[in-house]
Amino acid sequence: MIAIIDYGAGNLRSVKKAFDHLERKTMIAIKAADLKKADRIVLPGVGAFGSAIKKLQETGFYEATQAWISEDRPFLGICLGMQMLFEESLETKDTKGFGAFKGKCPRFKKGKVPQMGWNQINITRESPLLKGIPNKSFFYFLHGYYVEVENKDIVTATTDYFITYTSMIEKGNVFGVQFHPEKSGEMGLKMLRNWVEIC
Amino acid sequence: MLATRIIPCLDVDFGKVVKGIKFKDLDNVGDPVEMAKVYNEQGADELTFLDIGASYKSRKILIEVVEKVSEKVFIPLTVGGGLRSSEDMRNALTSGADKVAICTSAIENPSLITEGAEIFGSQCIVLSIDAKRHNGSWYAYTHGGRNNSGIDAITWAKEGENLGAGEILLNSIDKDGTKEGYDLELTRKISESVNIPVIASGGAGNPQQMVEAIKCGKADAVLLASLLHYGEYTIKDIKEYLKNKEICVR
Repeated sequence: MIAIIDYGAGNLRSVKKAFDHLERKTMIAIKAADLKKADRIVLPGVGAFGSAIKKLQETGFYEATQAWISEDRPFLGICLGMQMLFEESLETKDTKGFGAFKGKCPRFKKGKVPQMGWNQINITRESPLLKGIPNKSFFYFLHGYYVEVENKDIVTATTDYFITYTSMIEKGNVFGVQFHPEKSGEMGLKMLRNWVEIC
Repeated sequence: MLATRIIPCLDVDFGKVVKGIKFKDLDNVGDPVEMAKVYNEQGADELTFLDIGASYKSRKILIEVVEKVSEKVFIPLTVGGGLRSSEDMRNALTSGADKVAICTSAIENPSLITEGAEIFGSQCIVLSIDAKRHNGSWYAYTHGGRNNSGIDAITWAKEGENLGAGEILLNSIDKDGTKEGYDLELTRKISESVNIPVIASGGAGNPQQMVEAIKCGKADAVLLASLLHYGEYTIKDIKEYLKNKEICVR
């Protein structure tokens, strides 16, 4: 069972609908105890870093998710859900992310912010998530902050928006994507199918 | 590289797609769910649905339409028309919309922009500006282009950004449905005044005019309606044309 974490901020319907379309069972987890029934977690993220972390703490998801990741259980963080895997964001200072990976999230300094629309991924190394997905494929991005990753070994793809930044990471069974696969048409659905089938 | 977005717009009245000229003389052109599927297959980058029925019942039908579309079409969907509160926004978002567009209600109650941005995130809130020219300036109109608010459109765009809007949908009332091309001067002025994406709307008659809206008007996306609805061009044709003019498209 795929648990989609609902901490009361985002539009989770699109993530759920994408998995429905792939005929995969999902549940919307509204409290940490709901995760007991799950064998994989999706953390979609919208809104601001600080308020998202705060809501995760209030609902008990923060600790539960941190433990889940440290046990290397199947996890997919989308957009802000990927950024929260890192130590902190300049969007909200003094708020700690999960700290699963070293790095922080600065704001784009050039171009329109947020970056909104379809941009390409530059695949930097092989990944099971990218099976059947050609280099330079377009995905839908919507974000004002990006991840500055310390350990480049976890990076599987980058994207160019005035700078080149990390758009996909993975380590073991923990994956993060900066774009929205659930809103990226056929390629996005293919990626979600890959994720369900790999770990 | 970030691609310029091509966004079909479906004006929906009681569950039917309609299209008018200068916001009047509405013509019935089809079923929104079927049209959404076709545009998705043609390569639409997003879809925008605007309820122009301006009644509770018409809006409710549109929400059902969006719900159906979102089960089949996995690209971003924007819903607008008659959303007056954060509760209305929530209804649209939970039905499957990714963004909500507000126009009249934002002018009447600017704090709605901030409230929506705080609850759902700025990326969800599209400020729709219906602008019309008078003596060298543009004014923001309300109620489907019927009433002049007296607010300068450029000032309003900047204020909307400050209040928390994540994107501007800029409609030229003067050009709407005319096929004379986008209002390039207006589009450029707004796009250069704000740091959020601007979608140019109103007046598209051929792909060259889209090139102008993007290159001269500095638009981040173009909205299309009648041109596609009447089958004069497909999105594929348009993207091919833009690509030849060295504009990045998906």
